Amino acid sequence: MSELTFTLLRLGYLVLLWVFVLSAVAVLRRDLALRSPRSRKRADDGGAPAAAPAAVASSPAPARSSGPQRLVVTAGPLSGTTLPLSTSSILLGRAPSCTLVLDDDYSSSRHARIFPQGDQWYVEDLGSTNGTFIGDQQVTSPIPLAPGVGVQIGRSVVELQG
Amino acid sequence: MTSQNLTVEPRQRRPLRIAEVFLLVLALGGGIGGFAMVGLSIRGELPDQFWFRSMLLAVTALVAHVVLRLRAPWADQVILPAVVLLNGIGLSMIWRLEISDATGMAPADAAGNMQATLLGAIVAFALLWVLKDHRWLRRYTYTAMVVGLLLIALPLIPGVGQEINGARIWINVGGFSLQPAEFAKIAFAVFFAGYLVTNRDTLALAGPKVFGLQLPRLRDLGPILLVWAASLAVLVLQRDLGTSLLFFGLFVAMLYQATARSSWIVLGLTLFGAGALTAARLFPHVGARIDVWLHPFDASQYERDPGGSYQLVQGQFSMANGGLFGTGWGEGRPFQIPYAFSDFIYAALGEELGLTGLTAIVLLYLLVVQRGLKSALSVRDGFGKLLAGGLAFAMALQVFVVIGGITRIIPLTGLTLPFMAQGGSSLLANWIVIALLLRISDSARRPSDLPVRGQVSAGAPAAEPEPILVGSSGSDGGTPADVTPPAGSNLPRRRVTDRDPHGTPGDSAPTEHIGTDVPPEHRGGERS
Repeated sequence: MSELTFTLLRLGYLVLLWVFVLSAVAVLRRDLALRSPRSRKRADDGGAPAAAPAAVASSPAPARSSGPQRLVVTAGPLSGTTLPLSTSSILLGRAPSCTLVLDDDYSSSRHARIFPQGDQWYVEDLGSTNGTFIGDQQVTSPIPLAPGVGVQIGRSVVELQG
Repeated sequence: MTSQNLTVEPRQRRPLRIAEVFLLVLALGGGIGGFAMVGLSIRGELPDQFWFRSMLLAVTALVAHVVLRLRAPWADQVILPAVVLLNGIGLSMIWRLEISDATGMAPADAAGNMQATLLGAIVAFALLWVLKDHRWLRRYTYTAMVVGLLLIALPLIPGVGQEINGARIWINVGGFSLQPAEFAKIAFAVFFAGYLVTNRDTLALAGPKVFGLQLPRLRDLGPILLVWAASLAVLVLQRDLGTSLLFFGLFVAMLYQATARSSWIVLGLTLFGAGALTAARLFPHVGARIDVWLHPFDASQYERDPGGSYQLVQGQFSMANGGLFGTGWGEGRPFQIPYAFSDFIYAALGEELGLTGLTAIVLLYLLVVQRGLKSALSVRDGFGKLLAGGLAFAMALQVFVVIGGITRIIPLTGLTLPFMAQGGSSLLANWIVIALLLRISDSARRPSDLPVRGQVSAGAPAAEPEPILVGSSGSDGGTPADVTPPAGSNLPRRRVTDRDPHGTPGDSAPTEHIGTDVPPEHRGGERS
């Protein structure tokens, strides 16, 4: 093996190492870039309960063209968190088993749930201590929930958005 | 809102892990390329069984990738390739030293280390396959403590323990030498995580305040004193400064993670400093290490045979010879460093890959550690946070202690460089650490509405458990006085609290950053 070939291989090897390092950093960067503050959705992976890699979260069920697409926390400690809606119900509360774990001292461990029925979403209070409110009206039985209407749970307000 | 598709379907596709495949190809290129270049450079031909051994590494990586896809599809995509690359570089260097035929390099055993790598990977990914949820480990908190203490005590038992090079940290099991401390590291991380997640409140809150430092109560100090004593016992009885530092550092770091009290760091550093100073005074072998560190080029230190600075200085010469870009695989003389294949593999790599290569290697470790800490930040349960943080920190500390010792930042101690240095126990234990980190990162990044955690199962709203009545259902309307919304009733209140992301968590308990999902300080920190 000639001197020149070897030098090229030697330097090529170092380049390979650095290509690996920089590609890995690029993967991490992409991880961050997908949830840049531009979109005001720093909802995922950073530890929000709805943690979903943004690459996937940004592609919710394409089948649903109308109706609310996501649940957004608009007030409270988790303000800004979004949760893509599926066809399953969403349990809200402080218990770690909830779909959206509220870090909110005024919410109960299993506070309320928001579920689809027919083509409508409903909100139901699960016997919480401080109650669930729409506006100043307490939710006592499952009632339909329209997009854009804030539901107050403890200090948090969540709403469906189209 | 009128036509909703009610078909039950998983809303989110599993990640395809394309980035991981790409990085794995690069990583295998690095490992196998190094192997090939060693053969070409030293013997002028590809190594014996080159294709077989290369395929073995590639198949291991592929199997690991498939296991991840099946069992932990959301796990971090950088960890596995980085580890495969580190492991491949380490194997190449060990083989390079083995075929150098230098006198001191007889124990270098690349084939044995390859087997250990395979075994480590198999055990790790079997664990990943079986362990579906890292929280399962929490049940074995105190078992882990007992196991950890037993493991570090094992080498002291006559007949089982072996003393090699003045340190009594090996045991002999059926002809194989094992370093149980490597496994004790994992056991202790599990124990600390389980213990601290239960007791962090008392440790953080109770106790007097002295000079602005929140000191814990004396009785809460019990466990930390116990561990301090155990790590000192390791230092004294087994003469292993590195392991002692690792255990103690692990505990202090996890205490800090759990309580966010800097007093623990001050306390821990003080205790360790006092212990180390005393040890340096009392035990000649510890004192000798410090003399070697401070004056390695003195003739008296250099020529002293047991415990002199010969090895350290050879390592320095080696790295100096490597310079910025290294001599290239197989072209340097790293075999002149005693134990170049295990303790001093970093110096050997420094000679052949140069500062450029060493920086890349350090960055690889940094990547693995960073992904571990990131998982710790993201995962939702306190146990997982502490475990991932502890394991990642232990790896960082281990890398720092080894590299710092070789580059004379700190006194030389006897730890192994994870994934690179020769040693079956170290490889096996570190692969298990990686499996745990991958499991936790999977849990951290997994979208939570898949039916994996808790009782909420996607697509089965009918299975909703009965509401639990907590107190009165309160239709008297007076309960939520402080949260009464403005009378705008149905208006969306989207921007209401955008301005106070730091205001609301003020009332939370000080330790809540463990259990909290979005700690306020984390929002900015993530991108910095």
